[in-house]
Amino acid sequence: MTTPLRIGFIPLVDAAALIVAADKGFAAAEGLDVTLVREVSWSNVRDKLNIGLFDAAHLLAPVAIASSLGLGHVKVPIAAPFNLGLNGNAITVSPALYAALIEAIDGDRFDPMATSRALARVVAKRKKSGAEPLTFGMTFPFSTHNYQLRFWMAAGGVDPDEDVQLVVLPPPYMVDSLASGHVDGFCVGAPWNSIAVDIGVGHILHFVADILPTAVEKVLAVRQNWSERRPDVVVSLVRAHLRAAEFIEQPENRSEVAQLLAQPERIGVDAEVIQRTLDGRLKISPDGTLRESSRYLLVGREAAARPDPAQAAWLYAQMVRWGQTPFRPDALKTAMAVFRPDLYDAATGTGRAADTVTAVSAFAGPPFDPNDVAGHLAAFKIGRWKP
Amino acid sequence: MSAESSPKIVIVDESPIRAAILEEGLREAGFTEVVHISEMQSLLSRIYAVDPDIIVIDLENPSRDVLEQMFQVSRAVRRPIAMFVDQSDAASIQASVDAGVSAYIVDGLKKERIKPILDLCVSRFNAFSKLQDELDRTKHALEERKVIDRAKGILMKLKGLTEEEAYVLMRSTAMREKKKIGEIAQSILTASELLK
Repeated sequence: MTTPLRIGFIPLVDAAALIVAADKGFAAAEGLDVTLVREVSWSNVRDKLNIGLFDAAHLLAPVAIASSLGLGHVKVPIAAPFNLGLNGNAITVSPALYAALIEAIDGDRFDPMATSRALARVVAKRKKSGAEPLTFGMTFPFSTHNYQLRFWMAAGGVDPDEDVQLVVLPPPYMVDSLASGHVDGFCVGAPWNSIAVDIGVGHILHFVADILPTAVEKVLAVRQNWSERRPDVVVSLVRAHLRAAEFIEQPENRSEVAQLLAQPERIGVDAEVIQRTLDGRLKISPDGTLRESSRYLLVGREAAARPDPAQAAWLYAQMVRWGQTPFRPDALKTAMAVFRPDLYDAATGTGRAADTVTAVSAFAGPPFDPNDVAGHLAAFKIGRWKP
Repeated sequence: MSAESSPKIVIVDESPIRAAILEEGLREAGFTEVVHISEMQSLLSRIYAVDPDIIVIDLENPSRDVLEQMFQVSRAVRRPIAMFVDQSDAASIQASVDAGVSAYIVDGLKKERIKPILDLCVSRFNAFSKLQDELDRTKHALEERKVIDRAKGILMKLKGLTEEEAYVLMRSTAMREKKKIGEIAQSILTASELLK
């Protein structure tokens, strides 16, 4: 007997495990008859998951947490038994801002502290000359992109709320907005950074792995009460997606995966652009400069798919730091409980052996300790949260 | 906003026809302060310039995510706005998602004032989808008509049939092969292209 499931997704490369599980037969092998529904906004994905139109969804990890806490929207507890991707985002800036940063930089162009300090100099210079503040695009208020951009610029002394403007832009509008000068830079997932570089309107300044070597990005989200009602289906879902994630990570499968993702009803962009992301080999400048990183996007390697509650705690800490919610120990606990390594382990049989609770360590600030979020945040000068 | 005055409603929609249908419905119902925004560039500043009590947006619009920024604590926001979700009324949420519309309201606006507006949006959105479907069907029928006429012409010329006979031949072939007459006509056109 097969179980019909409707799963919502946004056309981004980190939906790879969902697309491969559905289109390559891994879901069917687990008895799941998956219908993938392509959506145009995270709000739609969240709302349709919340009201039960979707059984599961490709969701921004912070949205899963915000939904469980009732931040910015209705409170619907979410369970995330599987990470669909780690990292995968990049910060891209316009050629003009890139030139200004390189002119102002003191140090290595790939060192996020050096670029952040350069940004602070550019911002100060603009302020002095009376120029408009720089504007940066990100995908959602509760998004990794928002927090990664903020973390990066604040490290060098730029206050993301006071010194620049941060605006939400749907990913498909990012490149146009950069080209038309409505934004000076953005943080977004693949393939949009590469597309900006290809048409000559952007330079990829940082891979997110420069800022956080391991950053949870999208999760496979289900409603918590649904996960309790249908534990067998959760097991099948996790297994199917783990198989898909492992398939994606085999270098010999990459071009087939890129073809699957490139289909018009899936991501609908050129397979070659998608493969750059999967290979972690990206063109970062319109002049063709390449940059490689094995950590660009992790789908099935290094136990990437196993949810790590410390990552959820880090994301919650960012919500607190930027004033989206006051700090509450019980809310921190709720946030961490959204990530479900127990469900992952039960499905995959990996157990404690795969217990790779990674330290969340960013390029700036003290190491992150989920047991002392307040202490951690107190170490940062810029932020909306005051102890 | 005083209790008597009409709430200010912004319709965010890239479809001018649907927006017009909705706007007309709202005005007929006595909501006279309606502004339509069709340009998504700098959407938030356009909305702030109007300073609405209610914002209506279709679910096919990626800019729904842009509206989420209005819920954030920010100096740009003059009045707090929330999505209209009445958790006690699952049917109305379902109806609005099915119709493809969502609404955001300024906090504090009374539920009984919003409900009729949302209901109206839902029914107008449904009316628009029905119109769209009918339009698509008519277009399709017209195109099929053209294909059948051209196929008829080819049969008349090649087999020396009358118009009536050509039509009967296509129809009986369609019945025998359990296909639509439009498909048979299309095959005739394709074949004649190939044999040219």
